[in-house]
Amino acid sequence: MTELTLDKFEKLKNELKSRQENNNNEVIISAGTCSIAAGAKDVIKVFIEEFERNGINNIKIKQAGCMGLCHVEPTLEIALSGMPSIIYGNVTADIAKKIVEEHIINKKVLTDYTQDRPANDIISEKQDNKSEQKQFRIVLRNCGIIDPENIDEYITRDGYSALKKAIFEMNPDTVIEELKKSGLRGRGGAGFPTWMKWNFSKEVESEIKYIVCNADEGDPGAYMDRSTLEGDPHSVLEAMAIAGYTIGAKQGFIYIRAEYPLAIKRLEIAIQQATQYGLLGNNILGSDFSFDIEIRLGAGAFVCGEETALLASIEGERGMPRPRPPFPAIKGLWGQPTIINNVETYANIPVVILKGGEWFSKIGTETSKGTKVFALTGKINNSGLIEVPMGTTLREIVFDIGQGIRDGKQFKAVQTGGPSGGVIRANYLDTPIDYESLKELGSMMGSGGMIVMDEDDCMVDVSKFYLQFTVDESCGKCTPCRIGGRQILDILEKICSGTGTKDDIEKIKLIGQAEKSASLCGLGQTAPNPVLSTLHYFNDEYMEHIEQKKCRSGKCKKLVTYSVIAEQCIKCGLCARNCPVDCISGEIKKSPFVIDQPRCVKCGNCYSACPVSAVSNKSEAVLLANH
Amino acid sequence: MNNNLKNANSISDELREFINKWKNKPGNLIMILHRVQEEYGYISKDIVLELSKILNVSLAKVYGVATFYHFFKLEKPGKHSIAVCTGTACYLKGSGEILEELERILDVKVGNTTVDNEFSLEAVRCIGCCGLAPVMTVDNEVYGKVDKKQLRKIIAKYKQTEIATQST
Repeated sequence: MTELTLDKFEKLKNELKSRQENNNNEVIISAGTCSIAAGAKDVIKVFIEEFERNGINNIKIKQAGCMGLCHVEPTLEIALSGMPSIIYGNVTADIAKKIVEEHIINKKVLTDYTQDRPANDIISEKQDNKSEQKQFRIVLRNCGIIDPENIDEYITRDGYSALKKAIFEMNPDTVIEELKKSGLRGRGGAGFPTWMKWNFSKEVESEIKYIVCNADEGDPGAYMDRSTLEGDPHSVLEAMAIAGYTIGAKQGFIYIRAEYPLAIKRLEIAIQQATQYGLLGNNILGSDFSFDIEIRLGAGAFVCGEETALLASIEGERGMPRPRPPFPAIKGLWGQPTIINNVETYANIPVVILKGGEWFSKIGTETSKGTKVFALTGKINNSGLIEVPMGTTLREIVFDIGQGIRDGKQFKAVQTGGPSGGVIRANYLDTPIDYESLKELGSMMGSGGMIVMDEDDCMVDVSKFYLQFTVDESCGKCTPCRIGGRQILDILEKICSGTGTKDDIEKIKLIGQAEKSASLCGLGQTAPNPVLSTLHYFNDEYMEHIEQKKCRSGKCKKLVTYSVIAEQCIKCGLCARNCPVDCISGEIKKSPFVIDQPRCVKCGNCYSACPVSAVSNKSEAVLLANH
Repeated sequence: MNNNLKNANSISDELREFINKWKNKPGNLIMILHRVQEEYGYISKDIVLELSKILNVSLAKVYGVATFYHFFKLEKPGKHSIAVCTGTACYLKGSGEILEELERILDVKVGNTTVDNEFSLEAVRCIGCCGLAPVMTVDNEVYGKVDKKQLRKIIAKYKQTEIATQST
């Protein structure tokens, strides 16, 4: 690889494009963290072996990022000239062998294993037959399509053309103008207009400025940024360079969780390749603009997703937030003007520059433009990484894209915004999603975790889960967050163990409001949201715990009565063997086992130990009602 | 993988080289601590003492940073590290029960190492495989859609490799 000038870049791009048009026979295997966990490496091995055995050498085997079909991983796509591109899911080593035999050699599609394409491609503009695509991929445009470890593939799909355009055809003001026209807002959660942030930094006079990418995706139940970085790392690098050009920064930092080793590896490769091509480093494409990017690792502190805490962490300190103002755009890393955007925001930018702000602003709602990536998980049939235009309704996401609730259970709520967000009840499913509508419902956009809950989930328990998380993650600097969160958690624990009182609800609200309004940073300011929002929508469940000492879903162990269902008991005695207080009696192979209720300590060991699920964990009140 | 870890009494040559490379870069401490943990599996007292001298920062500062972040371990982990994801999706799909079952099978409380030093058991934050929930990892291997009934089998696999390597 040699350093490219403007002319050489154009030449290379044309060459790559025509090369691709001439030979596009490919097997593209999804190889992100989750696909690998599901067995993608075995599948790749089969393809390599089978191709060798059958003497197939005109088809490329390629590892790509996430296609978004998490529920049927490992997935792969086969593109052969003269045949339509086909996506296969749930591919095992055996199925892979079959695919080679039938699809590749005999040119016959194995219809039993095919999957629908999740979205049309906005780059090649090749459309699928299906006109009713709910998904629209801007951020994930290259994920599952290109090899993230090969910069040429990114360039073939117009990669680094936005950077070239910014440097040679635009100036910092017109870049900001384009961003303003696009209406792009920060995808980290709060939704601050991106152009405004960039403009603040641009206006400050300073020799040294910094560009930071927040890839510290700490929200439990979210993996949008990991997937983007694993599938298309260059899109973020390119956008950071554009940001550097716009505000006059020469140095960028990517702050990424150490828990994402594959994303880190692919970023390192991407930075190295871009530097070799002269797309990063000194005098980019022969211009007088220079920009470098360095990776800094997070170390498992959720609070470091907050921008000032993140900066402290890059500086090598304990990740504690600082008061704002001054905002980082004016005074950030080592006191210099610093732009911090998250991965998803950056991944949008090359498209905004190439296709224009106006094109982008036509997608979405009045106040929220473009698309949003969500990690759709929980009790849903088709969990997956999805990208939809803003304004899509929750119903479309849960029931069309997600195909509804697992095991025929009843939908209860969807949680967005993670530990900072709230729940949304079934009667609001038709709300079009944007920053404002979610806020009105007491939740928030957040970074994109979307967790679906069913009738088996206890809302008090879920709030306790989130509170436990934010209490553990509070840095302890300010009192409302450090003590307020702890107090609410203690009350929730009381309620879950059946000793809560009606006054406790008022106390939660009071402390929650105080924590929200008096905390220093976003963590404390939003930590009470999950409990306040469930109190608002599921007050009846809290009251059941308090007044009837009942947990309808059986999650709150202290309110649960364990009993062996005699008809289902196979008399194996495993429950009795696992009981720490010897309160289960019965005879192996002779009589069903019985739990002596007064002595039961409700540890739940018998419930977990039973091999045939013959131990019931329903609340006493529920059991009585059924009799 | 943990078998290749070095003795954590003193700084190795490779580590010293890494430190020298980073020594004059601002904000180097966390990156160096990561490297220490990568090399030894945890951050030992001896290393911290030496590190604070080389970098010329106070012991309190190194200790303060190392204890602030969950990722850094100050205790020596077991031969195999078992981590159960407790992200939201995994929690809803029963990671709590998986943890309890592992505690029972290994006879160790979460956050600790078994008496024979074979396994450490941890509850970790979301590892981003929510589509496969509930998820656990043993060393670097990810296990998705884990059922508590598979746990004994999974653990046995690691015990067996141990026996197999010993006999060869």
